[in-house]
Amino acid sequence: MLFRIVEKMAFRSLIQLLLETTQVIGPRKIAVTREGKPVHQYLPLSGFEELELGYDTTDIPAKSYFLPYEENLSTWSFIGNDWTQEITYRLQPRVLVGLHACDINALLKLDKVMTREFFPSPYYISRRKNSFIIGIDHEPCQGGFCHWLGTDSVNRGFDLFLTDLGDRYFVAIDSERGFTLLQQVAVRLVTENDTADYLTVRRRIASGFAPPLDVRQLPRLLDMEFDSEIWRRWGAKCLSCGSCAAVCPTCYCYGVSENVSMDFTRGAKVKQLYSCTLKDFAEVAGGHNFRSARETRLKYRYYHQHRGFVEQYDEPKCVGCGRCGRSCLAGINPQEIIGDLLATEVPS
Amino acid sequence: MTPLLHPYDVTREEGFRAPLDYNRKSLLKDVDRCHKAEIVSVIRLTRKERLFHIRLLEQGERERFSFLPGQFVMLELPGFGEIPISICGSTSQKGFLELCIREAGRVTTMLHRARVGSRVGIRGPFGSFFPLERMKGHDILLVAGGLGLAPLRAPIMHITENRSDYGEVRILYGTTEPEQLLFDYQYEQWRRVDGVTLSLTVDRPDAGWQGAVGNVVRLLEEINTPLEESYAIVCGPPVMFNSVCGTLHSRGIPRDRMFVSLERRMQCGMGKCCRCNVGSTYVCMDGPVFDFWTVMNLKEAI
Repeated sequence: MLFRIVEKMAFRSLIQLLLETTQVIGPRKIAVTREGKPVHQYLPLSGFEELELGYDTTDIPAKSYFLPYEENLSTWSFIGNDWTQEITYRLQPRVLVGLHACDINALLKLDKVMTREFFPSPYYISRRKNSFIIGIDHEPCQGGFCHWLGTDSVNRGFDLFLTDLGDRYFVAIDSERGFTLLQQVAVRLVTENDTADYLTVRRRIASGFAPPLDVRQLPRLLDMEFDSEIWRRWGAKCLSCGSCAAVCPTCYCYGVSENVSMDFTRGAKVKQLYSCTLKDFAEVAGGHNFRSARETRLKYRYYHQHRGFVEQYDEPKCVGCGRCGRSCLAGINPQEIIGDLLATEVPS
Repeated sequence: MTPLLHPYDVTREEGFRAPLDYNRKSLLKDVDRCHKAEIVSVIRLTRKERLFHIRLLEQGERERFSFLPGQFVMLELPGFGEIPISICGSTSQKGFLELCIREAGRVTTMLHRARVGSRVGIRGPFGSFFPLERMKGHDILLVAGGLGLAPLRAPIMHITENRSDYGEVRILYGTTEPEQLLFDYQYEQWRRVDGVTLSLTVDRPDAGWQGAVGNVVRLLEEINTPLEESYAIVCGPPVMFNSVCGTLHSRGIPRDRMFVSLERRMQCGMGKCCRCNVGSTYVCMDGPVFDFWTVMNLKEAI
């Protein structure tokens, strides 16, 4: 990996240059909570001023630009007794700036599901490769537990990754196109002084986290605690609303529905992200539901996050961003569930 | 102004436009494109089930398409939906599929209204299959309950077409009522094959029923020859697996020599939609055919 230093003014010029030809998406303030806390969301920017790189977190993950909540898989044209199928993939490049390590780590996990071994998804790949990603280091966000899962830093999956050194950014470069793009503005090589500053920032960030829980036993514990009362207790709270999966940066399950236009000439096959906590998730034709109880569905959500995915890819699916806990209407919180499974108190 | 970033076109990846062959599942391709196919004929089996004969329309795809007994396809009705259906016909007919379908939901109800000549889409084949190669030289027990005869029919066809490869073949089939028996017009044909026996049972006999009464486990218990060297294939509602496989095990068949086919909701067949996920196992990729030992290790699989 290569590293460079870019002054903040030069970085601003870079984003402005990109904005002239390309869609640039970044954290934008969309509201303020009753407590006065700003609410940010990854949205297309119309100018550099809208970009707030010092944001805490977003409610909606960057996943929505790779696995949109609704997506057209196929368009049908009906002609007489026959039909044709038309499929289009993304062709336009775009920039996502200001992604935190959790969201980039989430993309790396999705890459494993969507781009490897079996049936790689051209829908996902076309979005992924057309997205230029600029990540940024940040102070621990509220309610995040990425450091339990080793996803508080990231070494791959981006084009550029920034660390704020006050008046300048320390830039990690992980792609040819990233290196080429940086040539558009003034960059310089890293000095000893920059490295020292970088390490200081990294240490400060690391010291901001509460002590982590050791989650390495989770896959085994989930098997052992399959019939545990933990699930009845937490399951009794669950409203089966599906918010947790909607805001999860790595949840990818979906449903498909089809529709026909009013004049019967066109139709569409539409994919919508789903949630394993929704009641009919595993219902089959004829009405049998393999997971009719809410506690079973909630359990399976954790089972996939911390055991199923580990078995398949040797790492948990969860990145510890804490979005599911924040969005849960019933106050179900992943740290506490994991704490219960480990029979430990969660450090605060 | 020259754009700073170059567009990426996934369709220009090597092999992307290669002819569709779902057996090459690791290659990047148009995974949602389906083979166009025609409903050639429809056979009424019972009040709720029909057998659809489906022929792939494109010559090249007809040649390439091949499946193994136990695999399934995603059947697309453009504008209505796509459903997983196990293939219940012979592997020896190129580009020709038989699908036994119960009228149960939105897509199947439309399908039951479709006329001969209608054009549907096929993606697949997907999933695992019954290891008929490994079963060569052995006796085989095929046990079905209800709609379970549909996935069982493909191995039955394969075994009767390759009769000399296998030992004694016993087909045991039970339904709730006599009128629910599927493929009743073929029983005579199967029974006449040397070394093949077919036993039927129903839970609720009608006035004309002359066969056995009770569930398929009773038929199993009536077999008085040794079964230790047999392989078994069991298809039916989930409640059937434990009782049938338990009985088979007590008769000396190891659990990894009995195979079941699991049913799940599926939207893709490609390990992406997660709807069929059991723990870390995708029924669409690792299944639908599993040996019973594996099923016992899958939490809440049945």
